Amino acid sequence: MQEEKSAYYLGLDIGSTTAKAILMRDGEIVYRKYQRHYSQVRQTALEILSEMRGQFDPEHLRVMISGSAGMGMAESADLPFIQEVFATSEMVRRAAPDTGVVIELGGEDAKVIFFDGGVDERMNGSCAGGTGAFIDQMAVLLDLSVDEMDEAALRAQRIYPIASRCGVFAKTDIQPLLNQGASKEDIALSIYQAVVNQTITGLIQGRRIRGKVMFLGGPLYYCKGLRKRFCETLGLDEANAVFPKYALYSVAIGAALTAEKQGAELSLSMLCERLSKSAAAAGIGRNRLDPLFENEEDYENFRARHEKATVRTEPIEHYRGPAWLGIDCGSTTTKLVLIGREKQILHTYYSSNRGNPVEIVREQLMKLRTLCGGRIEICGCAVTGYGEDLIRNAFRADEGLVETIAHYTAAKYFRPDVDFILDIGGQDIKCFSIRSGAIDSIMLNEACSSGCGSFIETFARSMGYEVAEFAKKGIFAKAPVNLGTRCTVFMNSSVKQSQKDGASVEDISAGLSVSVVKNALYKVIRANSPKDLGENIVVQGGTFYNDAVLRAFEKELGTEVIRPAIAGLMGAYGAALHAMRFPKSTLLTKEELESFRHTSRSATCGGCENHCRLTVNLFSDGSRYISGNRCEKALGLRKTEELPNLYEFKRNELSKLSPVPGKRGKIGLPMALGTYELAPLWHALFTRLGFETVFSRFSDRSVYEKGQFSIPSDTVCYPAKIMHGHIEELLSQGIRTIFYPSLSYNVDEKAGDNHFNCPIVAYYSEVLHANIDSLSEVRFLYPYLNINNRRVFAKNLFDALSPTEPDLRLSDVRAAVKAGYEAYEAHMKRIREAGERAISWARENGKRILILAGRPYHIDPEICHGIDKLCTSLGFVTVSEDSVAHLEPPQKVRVLNQWTYHARLYRSARYAAEHKDTELVQLVSFGCGIDAITTDEIRSILEDSGKYYTQIKIDEITNLGAVRIRLRSLLGALEERGDQAL
Amino acid sequence: MTDDYISFTKEMKKGYTLLIPTMLPMHFRMIISVLKTYGYKMELLETSGPEIAETGLRYVHNDTCYPAVLVIGQFITALESGHYDPHKVALVLFQTGGGCRASNYISLLRKALRRAGYEYVPVIAFSFAGIEKHPGFKTTIPQLHGMLYGILYADLMMWLYNQCRPYETHPGDAQRLCDRWTERLGRELGAGRAVSYRKVKKNYRRIIADFSAIEMKRRDAVKVGVVGEIFVKYSPLGNNHLEDFLISQGAEVVVPGLADFLLYCVYNNILDRRLFRRKSLFNYILCRIGFSLLCGKKNKLSRMISSESDFEPFPDFRDTVTLTEGYIHQEVKMGEGWLLTAEMLELTHSGVKNIVCTQPFGCLPNHVCGKGMMRLIKEKQPDVNIVAIDYDSGATQVNQQNRLRLLLANAQQ
Repeated sequence: MQEEKSAYYLGLDIGSTTAKAILMRDGEIVYRKYQRHYSQVRQTALEILSEMRGQFDPEHLRVMISGSAGMGMAESADLPFIQEVFATSEMVRRAAPDTGVVIELGGEDAKVIFFDGGVDERMNGSCAGGTGAFIDQMAVLLDLSVDEMDEAALRAQRIYPIASRCGVFAKTDIQPLLNQGASKEDIALSIYQAVVNQTITGLIQGRRIRGKVMFLGGPLYYCKGLRKRFCETLGLDEANAVFPKYALYSVAIGAALTAEKQGAELSLSMLCERLSKSAAAAGIGRNRLDPLFENEEDYENFRARHEKATVRTEPIEHYRGPAWLGIDCGSTTTKLVLIGREKQILHTYYSSNRGNPVEIVREQLMKLRTLCGGRIEICGCAVTGYGEDLIRNAFRADEGLVETIAHYTAAKYFRPDVDFILDIGGQDIKCFSIRSGAIDSIMLNEACSSGCGSFIETFARSMGYEVAEFAKKGIFAKAPVNLGTRCTVFMNSSVKQSQKDGASVEDISAGLSVSVVKNALYKVIRANSPKDLGENIVVQGGTFYNDAVLRAFEKELGTEVIRPAIAGLMGAYGAALHAMRFPKSTLLTKEELESFRHTSRSATCGGCENHCRLTVNLFSDGSRYISGNRCEKALGLRKTEELPNLYEFKRNELSKLSPVPGKRGKIGLPMALGTYELAPLWHALFTRLGFETVFSRFSDRSVYEKGQFSIPSDTVCYPAKIMHGHIEELLSQGIRTIFYPSLSYNVDEKAGDNHFNCPIVAYYSEVLHANIDSLSEVRFLYPYLNINNRRVFAKNLFDALSPTEPDLRLSDVRAAVKAGYEAYEAHMKRIREAGERAISWARENGKRILILAGRPYHIDPEICHGIDKLCTSLGFVTVSEDSVAHLEPPQKVRVLNQWTYHARLYRSARYAAEHKDTELVQLVSFGCGIDAITTDEIRSILEDSGKYYTQIKIDEITNLGAVRIRLRSLLGALEERGDQAL
Repeated sequence: MTDDYISFTKEMKKGYTLLIPTMLPMHFRMIISVLKTYGYKMELLETSGPEIAETGLRYVHNDTCYPAVLVIGQFITALESGHYDPHKVALVLFQTGGGCRASNYISLLRKALRRAGYEYVPVIAFSFAGIEKHPGFKTTIPQLHGMLYGILYADLMMWLYNQCRPYETHPGDAQRLCDRWTERLGRELGAGRAVSYRKVKKNYRRIIADFSAIEMKRRDAVKVGVVGEIFVKYSPLGNNHLEDFLISQGAEVVVPGLADFLLYCVYNNILDRRLFRRKSLFNYILCRIGFSLLCGKKNKLSRMISSESDFEPFPDFRDTVTLTEGYIHQEVKMGEGWLLTAEMLELTHSGVKNIVCTQPFGCLPNHVCGKGMMRLIKEKQPDVNIVAIDYDSGATQVNQQNRLRLLLANAQQ
């Protein structure tokens, strides 16, 4: 009887996006089901079960639940639960015991399990995308189905570097690529490579892959291109890469197998009953917000109020005379507005880019030319937005203008005294305040917090809704969920949590709207109260068409704002208004448009060490447009005059430190983190002692990739991560002695309360020692030194060296330390002098000065991604923080000023504040905890003196599109204000 | 601190209420009891709820560490609650120094107060380094002495409580015992008399006896160690009630005590002198004496646990100090520094093979001494399971719990 009773085992795996069921009997699978659940967790489970009941209706069943969304369900229905990674290992142990490693990608989780040499199970951390949901999002972005994207990837030619940290980062890389005309095939493949890289850095983390590798989970089951990328990157052949047929069901099988022993025993009908009962019991969780609208009437009043902000429209068929066209080629959408003599709107267009903005604009221009006929002459055309350069070149538009100026021009039309504009677009949040007719401060979101419009859209689609329908659902939500203010990846898991608590789609939709608003207010604008923003606030951008977002914004601020009826077209409308100064346009004619052809190919620029990956767009008239370049060299327009660039100067100085052969052999130092500051010291010191001092070369992407396998923490800053690659570089050169000292304290410049290094610069040697295997085969020296006490410094260094250099004398080390200090001081003096020279040159030649303020290691070409060159190409004389800090006395700030590098930032900010011709742009590495403190201080130093504060967050991201917009906005604002000052 | 600050004057001592945020409920209640005897009106903030983090985010840069967001959020929520007259309140914040950005909490709090319109509220940095002058708030030797015993009492109770919780026949017994003793010891320490060591020993003995008397089931649960950044390690507000969750899943939680952190701070001063000749000789000698004294007190208590009960005793800090050899240098002293690595090793050495390493999202020192060391620990001790959990206003409980469940599933196998 006992055997009969336990004959059926059921495993239910409810993941973040799909539900899987496996019914087993006598070790055989008799029923399987795989279904997307669109967040209707319980309902989907019940559907599957009732379908199952059609075929099997066992009286005696043992059941086990698994999966991240199954956790809550199991709890409330009082059913046993097994953690999904554990279930997978269970399955592998039974079904394929010869497996060495399992790589499983799920909807929102990525897991790696090592069986060989001690079982080790790893899951992705909280800041890591690169999973099924990420691939889905990317497919939406490319306007392809996941299958189509996979097919495209198989035809690809090349791989672009795409940041693999998380979905948001990758998107910032992909969208500009699309706008620049890179092929979808290549992008698809690059996305897969990003997923692979993410898995390697986030999960494999230096552990060696041995034996057979089994690939599990939906994405790896469906995406052939992804499988191929994994096999090639990990160097697997057919014999040791296993793609089982049951890849989708591994967790469910594991759950079913454990159900045999530990499952709850009941009949299938009882199981269904229990599940439906628990659904009824799930009440409203505690973390909820107030509804957006009290009632229907409240909503109607709100609508009526906003409907007042409109522009007159006139049917294009009735109009005759001159017209002006504005094109806003944004990151996800393309917008066109045609206006007539009285600024009235004749024609508008708004659509998703579908990955190919050029084709869309061509189609629309054709249509427009037809509509205009002989009656209307387009006298001017201005382009703005991400794709500005491409579209302007492709269609010979009359001018391109930076987005901020376009938006301000449009907002002024609705509210001449506007003093604050907030624009939430597909991918950006932009906001700027206006003081006495000029743009006063500009804030743009960081790559990391861009949970904006496209986020709601992809989220809506992933839950099976169109965005408009999804937004509408949020309006009358009774209890919006509180999802916090974080980036997309975090929001995904917040939503998961609220689903677990039984939140409805309505509540989630409203909650997302509130989050978008809070994100903008508290992360981007950093406001405490509406007073901080202004009195006359105009909101715009496609996202504000969503009434729930608009309402959430007003509620959060406690004030009423203006949303123009053309909120999504403001960029294009502003561009059109701006174009009204043209009497005649060079825009392509109807005939030219008909014969218009556009192809793109990729190339690599050899102009300098940046080796920019270029996309070359060829147009039918033989003209071409090149994008992806950081400077103007690629365009063949070698600048006649090179502006002073202290970043370049510092790199040149460091390049001069060449190895001098000596009796003690080679000593290698990684050119990363603190070495950028102290290289001259170490070089002189070790050369004096008879070591041949070798520095690793400046980084490029390949250096990073060489070392990414051993990075233990995926949220540490990029300059630290790149350190691993430098060590690998030195090792691959056969260097047997490697030196990177540990320095709690930095050089005391007497400029603050203390002179620490940050924890990462100070102690990263420990991480290298503990995580890079091959370092144990060489002599890795990382002594703890007190750099401000030469005697102790010499003694400690002597202690570190003498075990292997028995003939070394303490007096030698003392002399070498002295030589080291002299070299360091001379080096710093040269930098300061070069800074002063650059400044006086700029003043003589009437150029603007820009302090690109970061840390010494930000001059690394891979870390700053050539931003210094971009600055000089925009006409700024570019100096570094350490070349001007000495021009101002130590600063009193409102925080503890206790880090040497950061004290320089405050001093150079003061310099910018004191000088009319000098601006400061702060470079901040993603993950730099200390800059969370410095940025606010530097902002207030600058803004108290009426200066703009611009911050650029840098990470793995290589595309400079967003940076260019930021710098051009700064320049645009300066010029506008300058004009008015005269 | 270069900025001007509102000092806490002698006059304020009379009418003002001092607010202190909670990190460790038992420890802090006792510290407060001691301070109250010196005439301060004090209140421990034990509030919770999502509005704390939200308020914090509004006034602190969002990339600042989570503990700062919470503590500052808690203060401002309290000021805005209407329970207190903001003009009759001062805030007390415990502060460590050093190269970690956490040494900036006081500045960040003052900045946040200014933004929120409470710039007149005095902030007292309660630090053993004593950076600022507050005429109305002075720590004296007898005070510190009392607080030290308060910490040792609380460490003892926390240690025994954790060993009872999963096994109680009558759930809540251990908690009731803690509450009763906290109350009683608080009264005793707050009586204002000099602490007599005889009395202390008697209390220790009775506490141990009381916990031994709790009726318990077979003690066979999986032990899970909790280490990490000090605030999220200890504070239920910071770690989403981590201990309660682990216990609800049938685990016994092992959390190293607060005395170890004090010893770590003192020990770092000794090392600074030994390695780099930083800090004065006087400071060095003082720290060495303090270190021996505190180690001795802790070890005596530990021996008492061994001899009078079946409970596990405290590990000896002098042994803990030696464990980092081959892993991490003891000059790594920002944040929790080498102590974090040492605590993981101390746990594995005492047979606790499952460890949760907690940190605020993006915690800088933990990149080195937490996450940076895990691979090496696992390599040398393959039977050890470590999971790193990030805490943050955006990190969700479901994600955290899923990872904890994985740890537990492996442990309970």
